Amino acid sequence: MTALIDLKNVNKYYGDYHALRGINLEIAQGEFFSLLGPSGCGKTTLLRTIAGFEAPSDGTLHIAGADMNGVPANARPTNMVFQSYAIFPHLSVAENVGFGLRKAQMSKQEKMKSVEEALDMVGLKGFRGRAAHALSGGQRQRVALARALILKPKVLLLDEPLSALDKKLREQMQSELRRLQRQVGITFILVTHDQEEALIMSDRVAVMFEGEIAQLADPQTLYKRPVTRKVGDFIGVMNFLPATVKDAAAIDLDVAGLGAVTIAEDQAPSGITPGAAEVGIRPEMMSILFEGEPDRGQITQATIKDRAYYGDMTYYDVDIEDAPKPITISMKNMIGRPVLEVGDTARVSWDARSLVLFSA
Amino acid sequence: MGAPLAILNTENKKGLALISAPLGYVIAMLAVPLAAILLISFWTQDFQTFDTTPTLNNYREAVTDPLYRELLFRSIRIAGLVTLVTVLLAFPIAYFISFHVAPSRKSLWLFLITIPFWTSYLIRVFLWKVILGFNGVLNSGLQTVGIIDEPLTFILYNANAVVITLAHAFAPFAILPIFVALEKIDRSLLEASQDLGESKLSTFFRVTLPLAMPGVVAAVLIVFIPTIGDYVTPRLVGGPDGLMIANMIQVQFLRLNNAPMGATLAVIAMLSVSLIALLFVALNRRYLRGSR
Repeated sequence: MTALIDLKNVNKYYGDYHALRGINLEIAQGEFFSLLGPSGCGKTTLLRTIAGFEAPSDGTLHIAGADMNGVPANARPTNMVFQSYAIFPHLSVAENVGFGLRKAQMSKQEKMKSVEEALDMVGLKGFRGRAAHALSGGQRQRVALARALILKPKVLLLDEPLSALDKKLREQMQSELRRLQRQVGITFILVTHDQEEALIMSDRVAVMFEGEIAQLADPQTLYKRPVTRKVGDFIGVMNFLPATVKDAAAIDLDVAGLGAVTIAEDQAPSGITPGAAEVGIRPEMMSILFEGEPDRGQITQATIKDRAYYGDMTYYDVDIEDAPKPITISMKNMIGRPVLEVGDTARVSWDARSLVLFSA
Repeated sequence: MGAPLAILNTENKKGLALISAPLGYVIAMLAVPLAAILLISFWTQDFQTFDTTPTLNNYREAVTDPLYRELLFRSIRIAGLVTLVTVLLAFPIAYFISFHVAPSRKSLWLFLITIPFWTSYLIRVFLWKVILGFNGVLNSGLQTVGIIDEPLTFILYNANAVVITLAHAFAPFAILPIFVALEKIDRSLLEASQDLGESKLSTFFRVTLPLAMPGVVAAVLIVFIPTIGDYVTPRLVGGPDGLMIANMIQVQFLRLNNAPMGATLAVIAMLSVSLIALLFVALNRRYLRGSR
């Protein structure tokens, strides 16, 4: 099966500024794909290139097998949900949703029915006569979604659609978008700077830095096995410890604070050489053993340096001997588990399988 | 509940004190003369004095006399034409500045548009006389190049000259409100329209123009209201066929020594303008419906 969207060696320059650096990307039909990265990484430029608002400086873009070079936005099988939603303020909800149907070969009744169905699909039944300015943020977003989906595009492009919503509504819309995507089976490409959002919603995520794709993987791989320190640092929280590669073949390491460790091949980047490197470990991959708990895994002695209580979780910053800086460990607050005080000593349990090696 | 009332009172007093000076000015300079005009329009001129018996005779004469009617209709026609020409010419300029000038240059462009205002209105009208005249810049230029043999006469001392002169004078007043309306349009709306299948041209008619309408209507009002009562331009470049209602009002007051008739014509002109302006305001309501 060929990819629905196929970008080959796409570059984009704005004067001297190199916004997209040799992007190669294939996105399959029906996939929920996310472009994740900090602001200015080129993710929106890439999305706008697919939509037809930006032309690549070089490279090719095919959608459903057709070369998109010179094809304007209004002739592409893509539709977009804009960050600002771009709801037409002079039109009603129904007029907004039906905006793209002007040239459709449908009777007026069919168009009205189609608008009703689209509104129903996004949970805005009965809103057709409402003026655009009388809508809340969440409702505007639903109108923008209905307006794009009514045209049955091959690809729906979403430019940070949830960033303007408050936390509760955002979480609700995340699951709703996911449900909607499964229901309509259209390829969704989501641009976001929120790593959690990308992990929750996507089948695959491309992490971008400075115009390049740093890693393209499914959410679990991305979280567990980031390929560079930068990716590991961007996705969630990660502790980094200096390490020395003793034996590149067997992957024997000497990690500051943790001592001698041997890791498996899938935990290390390819082509490692003996010498200085760095090891990463997630806060929840280490745990503090409370009094009475037997030792398990590898044990290291630590002192609590700081703690932050989150209600369901407590984050501890612990000092470990030989580690250059404190390590963050997250612990679920469970029945019978005390919240430790600053200055307490504790045993820290960890496992060599949780480590990820990065070349220095 | 004495305390909040007392605060309200002092605040009211403060407000009154603040507006008292401009309010006094407005009453003395606008309300009183307006009331006087209205009052005089119901009087009759009796050689050197006024016959103050209230009468509608002036209004009857103003409505039935073909001369006054013709002048009023001509004023509306000329003002309408001026408005049309001004707004049609102003729109592309406002559009260009808003959409095609770099943001850092926009204020410079707006500044350049105000340059004609650096000279007085009267001088600008005289300049048009120099340009449009029988031996003026335009005619002698065209004759020298050989495009015309005889000087063009349809460009001065008639209604066309009034339209040309006023359209130029009021251009910035039309450009600015249209520019502001265009600036307020979220550019992603235009992209959204194209994303939904519209070309650039149909996007203009379905999105840009409807959203710019409040600015266009404002421009229409700003140009139409003062031009209908304009007095200097028709007097200087209008010739006999370009005279407007304001010129007749002046003639009534000063030359014919018939202040009541002049007042009546002034009131009728004012009412006509108000009526047309209200029509446009009602039209604007429709477009303002959607904007925040």
